[in-house]
Amino acid sequence: MSNAAQPTADSDERIKEISAFRNALIRPELGGIVGTIAVFTFFLLFAFDSGMFNSQGIMNWSIVSAQFMIIAVGACLLMIAGEFDLSVGSMIGFAGMMIAIFSVTYSWPVWIAILVTFVLCTAIGAFNGWIVVRTGLPSFIVTLAFLFILRGFTIFLPQVIERKTIIGGILDKAEGDWLAPVFGGKILKGLFTWMGDAGMIATFERGTKAGQPVVDGIPMLIVWALALILFGHVLLTKTKFGNWIFAAGGDPEAARNSGVPVNRVKILMFMFTAFCATVFAVCQVMEFGSAGADRGLLKEFEAIIAVVIGGALLTGGYGSVLGAALGALIFGVVQQGLFFAGVESSLFRVFLGVILLGAVILNTYIRRIITGER
Amino acid sequence: MSSKIKKLALATAIAAVPMIAATTASAEGEKYILVSHAPDSDSWWNTIKNGIALAGEQMDVEVEYRNPPTGDLADMARIIDQAAASGPNGIITTLADPDILEGPIRAAVDAGIDVIIMNTGTPEKAREVGALMYVGQPEYDAGYAAGLRAKGDGIGSFLCVNHYIVQPSSQERCQGFADGLGVELGNQMIDAGQDPAEIKNRVLAYLSANPDTDAVLTLGPTSADPTLLALEENGMAGDIYFGTFDLGGEIVKGIKSGVIQWGIDQQPFLQAYLPVVVLTNYHRYGVLPGNNINSGPGFVTADGLGKIEEFAGEYR
Repeated sequence: MSNAAQPTADSDERIKEISAFRNALIRPELGGIVGTIAVFTFFLLFAFDSGMFNSQGIMNWSIVSAQFMIIAVGACLLMIAGEFDLSVGSMIGFAGMMIAIFSVTYSWPVWIAILVTFVLCTAIGAFNGWIVVRTGLPSFIVTLAFLFILRGFTIFLPQVIERKTIIGGILDKAEGDWLAPVFGGKILKGLFTWMGDAGMIATFERGTKAGQPVVDGIPMLIVWALALILFGHVLLTKTKFGNWIFAAGGDPEAARNSGVPVNRVKILMFMFTAFCATVFAVCQVMEFGSAGADRGLLKEFEAIIAVVIGGALLTGGYGSVLGAALGALIFGVVQQGLFFAGVESSLFRVFLGVILLGAVILNTYIRRIITGER
Repeated sequence: MSSKIKKLALATAIAAVPMIAATTASAEGEKYILVSHAPDSDSWWNTIKNGIALAGEQMDVEVEYRNPPTGDLADMARIIDQAAASGPNGIITTLADPDILEGPIRAAVDAGIDVIIMNTGTPEKAREVGALMYVGQPEYDAGYAAGLRAKGDGIGSFLCVNHYIVQPSSQERCQGFADGLGVELGNQMIDAGQDPAEIKNRVLAYLSANPDTDAVLTLGPTSADPTLLALEENGMAGDIYFGTFDLGGEIVKGIKSGVIQWGIDQQPFLQAYLPVVVLTNYHRYGVLPGNNINSGPGFVTADGLGKIEEFAGEYR
């Protein structure tokens, strides 16, 4: 009889020793952190003096990343709850078009148009979720149907009502509105003016804005992205509801048996995804002043890609909002950065594919550590 | 384990290196960026790429072509911001939706970058955003001219096969044509989608439901090629009046064989080539043409196809 592997007397044999290093490795956002460092190192080396890291350049990739983050937070929580939403992109186009039709065609005050659109779109999200939990059909199929339904209406309605597929003039309507700046405004303008005056950031050389900084504030889009990340992170890691989300996606039967309202959790997550898509749409409409029938094309996949790079499992029950946010950051920085590095835009997809594959392989490896499967 | 992560990071970096090497050879001189609204799938813009590449070569300047992969105009606005941030000497861009693009273009102009509007937009809009000039074909006017011509040929009704319904300028072509004819556009314009089989079958369905249609108008090779097949299939080829925008291999063949009466050539090659030449000469010698340049509409008919046939889809 050999006692070589006998645990020492003062430790509990039921608790397996895990080193701090190993513990750090099984965090879902590890892939995102490694990727973020790699991507920034890469672009600092290859594109440092290309304008990517001047004030305009930073604002450029930050806005694009923030867009991805907004839809990635919703997609991430939904994916952890075990479902997909492929209608996100169409929802963005649809929500934007609704605001345009309500405010421009029907001349409603912009704040009413925005609120009604939020109600309408989250209701569609709830309907999506209700069909999924009621029929037991894969959410992949149900939301694929809504991808087409919503896109169809987005092209059809403005065609019928205005005989065109891009409705503009929303900014004129939004003038003086109290809710519009919450989505389309900018904050910290004074700070940026000061930095411009101090010569820390670039200023316009000519035109009516000569002397003003080229970047004149932080767009609300970025504020929304950060707020949604914070909300999602706290909800997921600090609340009982967060545990329910993990449980619903991990093993719904076991969760139901232990009293988790799985259906309610899933429907709420579909509503939250729709809410995020609507935030995206409202910010876009308030920034650009028009809604188009082709807005948001393929954005659903971009959201899912960001979430997957961020370490969430496609099978549900595992992932983190911070990881998804980092995934979105990587996505945005790579998409915009390759341009600054002077790479052919068609090769962007090759690079994205390589990152996606690398992230998935890394994530699978991490999952094996956790579950112990070989 | 950490070595695996290192390897992964390394592999990612290595995978990217050939792409950096594949970038446009940096010329000493000026740098110009052309930003279009076209999705990757639109083959018509190939001529634009050829045009800008040739101009870059001949003028010895660095040129780049950028577009939003899905044709999303909001993405295009970001690309213009991005192009401006990288500090080129000039930006050549389309004005597919003034609401969205005006801001970024004006910001680029104000930041000291010379801008030329090409292809989509109007001379008025180009002036408004502070661009040097407009090079292109006013779409409504081109459609209107085509409508007048068709009216002269005795046409009273038509089918407009719109394969890019979300793009306002494509509707202006149909609307201009209807106004030129002096008829209501109504449901004579169909949303054909981008898939050739779908386009073909929608044209067949429309023509069998509306057999009295006098003419077919297509808006480019994407819709013209499947429409040609549809007309061959239902026996209306050569019988129905057929006009199209833009040229391409099949369209030129159709014009030659008499199935297509005319093609409206807006000369994409010139739309890409001329701005680079204009900008380079402006930056080197301070010379600038005093007016906008209309690259189209030019009607291409069966008479005198010669070079057009040779270079259709490449430089024409």
